[in-house]
Amino acid sequence: MISIQFLAAIILISLGLSVAVFKKNLIKIVMAVHVIGSGVNLFLVSLGYRAGGIAPIFTDASKLQMVLPTTQALTLTSIVIDFAVVALMLSFVISIYGHYGTLDTQKRRLKE
Amino acid sequence: MNNEYRASVVVRTVAYILAAPLIVFGLYVILHGHLTPGGGFAGGAIMATFIALFLVSFGRKGAGSLHRNLFSVLESLGLTVFVVLAFLGISNTFFYNFMVNSGHLFGRVISFGVNPGYLDTGGVIPLMNIAVGLEVFSAISLIVLEMFTYSREDKND
Amino acid sequence: MKEKNIKGVTLCVLFVFLLVMGFCLRPAGEPVNTEMDDYFITYGQVQTGSNNIVTSVVFDYRGMDTLGEASVLFAAASGVFLVFRGERNE
Repeated sequence: MISIQFLAAIILISLGLSVAVFKKNLIKIVMAVHVIGSGVNLFLVSLGYRAGGIAPIFTDASKLQMVLPTTQALTLTSIVIDFAVVALMLSFVISIYGHYGTLDTQKRRLKE
Repeated sequence: MNNEYRASVVVRTVAYILAAPLIVFGLYVILHGHLTPGGGFAGGAIMATFIALFLVSFGRKGAGSLHRNLFSVLESLGLTVFVVLAFLGISNTFFYNFMVNSGHLFGRVISFGVNPGYLDTGGVIPLMNIAVGLEVFSAISLIVLEMFTYSREDKND
Repeated sequence: MKEKNIKGVTLCVLFVFLLVMGFCLRPAGEPVNTEMDDYFITYGQVQTGSNNIVTSVVFDYRGMDTLGEASVLFAAASGVFLVFRGERNE
């Protein structure tokens, strides 16, 4: 029905989304955003798959039928951007913990 | 508390043993970016694992010679070399590969088909790989170093 | 409490339903419009001189995207510095 690559991407995205909606700890929300990014990268790479092809590299290749190289190039950019977003989110979490003393999103009191 | 933290003897010995293979493997992946899978980004991330390993096993005072000015200069140098290499072929277009198929440095002519991989091909691509690898290594090291220095202890003691 | 649970569950179920319906449209393994990638595979080794076609796409045919990505990484590193700047003056 659905191929195994698309099924894995659907499971990753839905797990990340459900944790981001229902949990209250800040670190768990940041980890869920990273898992959603990884699921989207997996979907991007598996879009350019050609059945029976090898990697698009000519050094000691066994046959000349190759998978599409453009989607892999776009996934490289997406991985780096996802890493930059998670790094900035984590530095904000460190700053919030230093100011308020708690990591719960439902108890927020100003420190006197 | 986080300035006098040291791991046990086993972790420190394994960090000493793994330092040289990490750097050499990262440089291999960067330099052969136009022949095997990898390239500038993956090689730079492998080399940044070395800095993170030393920070985790020795603490901030033990790895005291890592100052952030050195990494700042390296990161700016990498990005500047990348932009200058893109501007050098401006007589045709932006990002023009002016060194390929010319016979000089990195300019060997190859034909279509399977070949065992020659290192002096590719034109301006290996130089761009080195510049991007240096920049990614410095950026990830700066992020890890800054977060490690300014994370606080538990305030509910 | 129960009302927040109903809204959250409805959002997640609707999103997963849309994802499944969108991913079922075409099976993996048979891409349809491949003229650009066939040009890259046929002429990429002769025009750029590198055996790795993914590297030649990232650094030669689509170099502007790599320039934008390097700038994003530079901005993230300086952003981390900016967040911790106020706590350094203690």
